[in-house]
This record gives sequence, C-alpha cells and structure tokens, in this order.
Amino acid sequence: MAAAMRLVNRTTLTLRMGQQYMSFRSAPKEKTACVKAAHALPQTVKIVEVGPRDGLQNEKTVVPTEAKINLINMLSESGLPVIEATSFVSPKWVPQMADQVEVMKGISKKPGVSYPVLTPNLKGFQAALKAGASEVAIFGAASELFSKKNINCSVEESLQRFEEVMKAAKEAAVPVRGYVSCVVGCPYEGQVAPEKVAHVAKCLYSMGCYEISLGDTIGVGTPGSMTKMLEAVTKEVPVSALAVHCHDTYGQALANILIALQMGISVVDSSVAGLGGCPYAHGASGNVATEDVVYMLHGLGIETGVDLAKLMDAGAFICRTINRKTSSKVAQATCKL
Amino acid sequence: MGNVPTTVKHCLSYKQIIEEYPWFRSWLQEEKIITKDDCPEFVKIVEVGPRDGLQNEKEIVPTRVKIQLIDMLSTTGLSVIEATSFVSSKWVPQMADHTDVVKGIQRVPQVQYPVLTPNIQGFQDAVAAGATEVVVFGSASETFSRRNINCSISESMLRFEEVISAAKDRQIPVRGYVSCALGCPYEGHIEPSQVAEVAKKLYEMGCYEISLGDTIGVGTPGSMFKMLQKVMKEVPISALAVHCHDTYGQALPNILTALQMGVSVVDSAVAGLGGCPYAQGSSGNVSTEDVLYMLHGMGIETGVNLDKVIETGDFICNALGRRTNSKVAQARSMAL
Repeated sequence: MAAAMRLVNRTTLTLRMGQQYMSFRSAPKEKTACVKAAHALPQTVKIVEVGPRDGLQNEKTVVPTEAKINLINMLSESGLPVIEATSFVSPKWVPQMADQVEVMKGISKKPGVSYPVLTPNLKGFQAALKAGASEVAIFGAASELFSKKNINCSVEESLQRFEEVMKAAKEAAVPVRGYVSCVVGCPYEGQVAPEKVAHVAKCLYSMGCYEISLGDTIGVGTPGSMTKMLEAVTKEVPVSALAVHCHDTYGQALANILIALQMGISVVDSSVAGLGGCPYAHGASGNVATEDVVYMLHGLGIETGVDLAKLMDAGAFICRTINRKTSSKVAQATCKL
Repeated sequence: MGNVPTTVKHCLSYKQIIEEYPWFRSWLQEEKIITKDDCPEFVKIVEVGPRDGLQNEKEIVPTRVKIQLIDMLSTTGLSVIEATSFVSSKWVPQMADHTDVVKGIQRVPQVQYPVLTPNIQGFQDAVAAGATEVVVFGSASETFSRRNINCSISESMLRFEEVISAAKDRQIPVRGYVSCALGCPYEGHIEPSQVAEVAKKLYEMGCYEISLGDTIGVGTPGSMFKMLQKVMKEVPISALAVHCHDTYGQALPNILTALQMGVSVVDSAVAGLGGCPYAQGSSGNVSTEDVLYMLHGMGIETGVNLDKVIETGDFICNALGRRTNSKVAQARSMAL
C-alpha cells in the first residue's frame, strides 16, 4: 500500500488536493440534490390519499355524494392506509365539500384505515367530531400573501386559530395533521425562504400535530429547491414526522418525491388519477397521481400496502363519473401488444 | 492504511489519477460506483425531437416544417440535434425526406446534427447528403431486434461494424443506442448484464457515446440504478447517456437517478414529441422543457434557453395540430 502511494507524484498530489479543496469552496453555482443515488431509502412508505378532498375540491364538476362515498370505499379496498375524506369548511367557500357530514356518515370505514378531514377552525372541528371524524387536518402557509388571500388572515393569526383546534383535539384525543402550503414557491410572493417554512412547520409540530405535510402548492419545486427546503425543515422537525405533498404542474413531482425519500421522508401525499387541477394555472395539472407514485415506489422495492390494480379501478371509476381523462400516466399506458 | 480506495477518493481528484495511472481503475471501480455522489455540473442535452419525436407522430410532417423546427432548435443553445434517419422510406415514411432535410437546414457552428444510419447503405447516403455524425441503433433484447430491424443482435453488430469502419475512414463520429435497456415490449424484463454486453460491444467497436434507452418507459429509479451499475463496469460514465421515455411518468426520476450516478448526457424531445408505439395513445419521449426545468432548478448548466425551447415547442405543436406533452410548457401558457 505504502509503495503504491509513493508511486504517485507528491507535488502533483499537493496541487490536486489544493484544486480539489478550492473547487469545493468556490463552486460558482451551488449544486443541490446531489444525494447519493445509492442512499438508503425507506423500506415502507405511507401514502396519504388526498383525492376525495384535495382532488375533488379542485375539480369543476360538483360530484354527487354517492359517487364520493363510492370512491372512498373503493380506495379503502385498495390498501391505502390514509384517505382524506372531506373538508369541514363553510360550503359558501367550497361548495364541492358541502356534503361533508353525509360523506363522513356514509363511508364504510375500514379498520386500520384513517379518514382525516380538514378543519380550518374550531367550528369546523366541532362539526367534524359530531359527524364521526376521528382525525383532523389543519392548513397553514409559509407565505404571508397566500395566507391572507386563501384564508383571510396572516400566518401568525392562522396559527392562533389552530391553537384552539389543537386544544379541543387534545381533549378529545383526536390526532391532528398539519399542512404547510407554498413550501417551495408562492403564486403571489414567488420564492419562499426555507427558514420561513421551517418556522411554520416547527410551530405546527410544537403545537401538537403528529405529522407535517409540506406542500408544493403550485408545483414549481425541483430537486434543487426541495433539498434546500427539506434541509432547513429537518433541522426543526424530526424527519419521521414529515410528509411531502408535491404537485405535478411542472412535471417535477416524482423527481421531488424521490429526493424527499433519499432525505429520509417516508410519507407521501398523492391523489388517485391525479385529481385536482392547479387553481393558479387553469388547465394545468395539480396533484401527483397516486398510481404513478405507487409504480415508482414498487419499482424501488418500497412497500406501500397498496394494490395498484384496485387503485387504478378507483381512478377509472371517478374519471368516468366526472367525465375526465385520468392524469395518471400509468393508467394511460395500456400496452396493446 | 485502512480503506485505501476510499482514502484516495476523498483526498484526491481520482479522475485525474485514473487517467495517469490506469491500473488504479480496477481498485477504485467498485468504490466509485457505490459511493459516487456528484451530480455533473454540466449536462449535455441531445435533442431527438426532429427524428425520434417526429418518427413516432402519425401525421407526415412537410419537409419545410422539419427544417424550420431544426433551425429554431439550433438557436436555443442545444449542442446536439438529431436531424433525421437514413432508413428505407418503405419502413419509416416520415423520414423519406432525409436528404432534403440534411441539405436544407442552416447548420450552426458548434452544433452537431447526427443522423440515424442502420446500415452501410444508409451511411453512404447520409455522407452524400452532407451528414457529419451518425448513429447506430442496437437492442438489448433479441426479440425486439428481430422484430424492429429484422435481424439478431449479433447480426446487427456486424452491420454496425461496417458502418463504424466506414465512419472511421472518414473521421465521422458514431453514437450508439441500446434500446430496451429497462424492459422490452416482447420479452418483458431485461437483465442489466444484457444491456452492459451490448453497450460494451458498441463502445469497443468505436462509438464515442452510448445512449441507454428505456424504450417503453417502464423503468423506475430502482431498475435504472441496477442497470447503470452494471453498464458502468464496462463503459466509462462519461461515455454514457440516458434516453428515458415518460410512458409511465417515470422519466424525470429516472434521469435524476442517472445524474446522481454521474451520467451527464440526457436525450429528450421538444414538446415531448413522439408517442409510444407500444402503448397507443400514451406518451413517449420525455419533454426537453421539463428536463431543462429540473436541471436548471438543480443548478446544473445546460447552455440551453428554456424560453426558446418552449417557443419552438409551440411552433411544432401548432404545425402538427396537437397539444404539447410538456408540463412546463402547459403551465407557462396557462399561468395567471
């Protein structure tokens, strides 16, 4: 070994070491997302299916209650462990979710499956509980402007509202999931500082949310911005309590999810058939399709507990019902050989 | 001394060491493959829209439209644009105007315009038309080779040897493709070793670059990783490219995986031109716009202007009367 090393020109070595050292220091553009391809990935990933809520909420056609219930039941049969069922917001704001109580009471809850519902405030929480909900979700933003335009208050004010919900949820022993939207970009503010995302995520986690879902609301993120954001957030919240909610508006969702997995994230939100367009770029896609996520995860040898065929059946059903083409590429690819 | 290969790798610029002391390679090869964690700083995009893209479009595109497409692409900063294919027009009517296209385009200096040449006849026609770089197309799957080009893999290699030999005489560089690198529409699963064998053969014959194609888009980061691990043992990473299809939506994560393993050449097609001939109605090539968006977002340089590519995509989609497959182009055109 020593003899081998002596074969190498020591002067050259010094020069090269200097150059190597310099190149680490003075890289003109910071390359990100250069995580090892061979990085240990989680063995299991929990998929949080948001189609019935986030998906349908952003569809133009109002879906009949019966169809929503049927969709949720089919999704329950596909092996998904978490299915976001509906939203207890005022029907004045979100008419699609006006049948929230009927949906909650109408679905066949499968043992072992969670059916969280959105509750923007205490009133919504109380209505949700009364309707039989046993898990809720609250929705914060990393962008001030987005918070004001979306829920009519500042980020700090929204966190105060959530305190009320958290307190009531603790008393009722109901777990709460927290969302942070605009984590890598805002339709109004543009770039969002990773530190701001980390701050909001930390607040929600400290308040008692068991899991924080980081949402790329307008799908502008890339493996570059995802890495920077996750690096900041994982300093404040344990990675086991984090989830990613990637939109596919710019086709980056699966690449962003892969980066998140490489950084230790093991919970991924997605929507069957890629339901839910982008409200900020009309006609463009929104949620990433659960089928495409599951295809990638299974190809990586990661367990999800999901039966892809049954999932695709659920996707086909809802697309027929609302008369739209699936956004899932896996569902579209039918080999005719 | 502990783990010398790791020590050497971490302290020194081992790429330069390998160049000067080739016997180091076998020591470091294993380590390099498993622990390589550097995305390239620069990625070369090989634009295959005018050939692979249009070849898989139903409508026959007028020659002047093809020429305009290539001319527009030439102004975007792309350094390689696959212009056409010198196959028999009986098999690929879309490429019947190959000579007119090669003669009609306005060649920009520093831009390469490779053309497909399946055999010596095609090569000679290409050279007569003025081509200065050619491409040969092998397969990792026997059945695909027989069904696609009517001969076995080894027979195809003999044909390519002729082409490469003639190309060497004229100092014309040759690029090699390996199709079905992650799966075959007929055979299903393809062993990484099959891909490595064909890639190695093409490289040793004299191809300067080998593009590994996920022809039916079934690959995932899992299968991409395994395949590249095997191929990188036979062909230097710097000579490898990935040609990912987006039929199952996996192209960008597959490309990301390849980048993380050190691959720095990516094939793509403007507007995601070219459906999948094995899954009717499904998408095929990954969109250049979407690839650029990801690379630029990662701080990787490409030299390509995304806005100009989107413009070019708009042009060809209008000409074809179809919607773009690029999500970036769709989002940009619809954003408030």
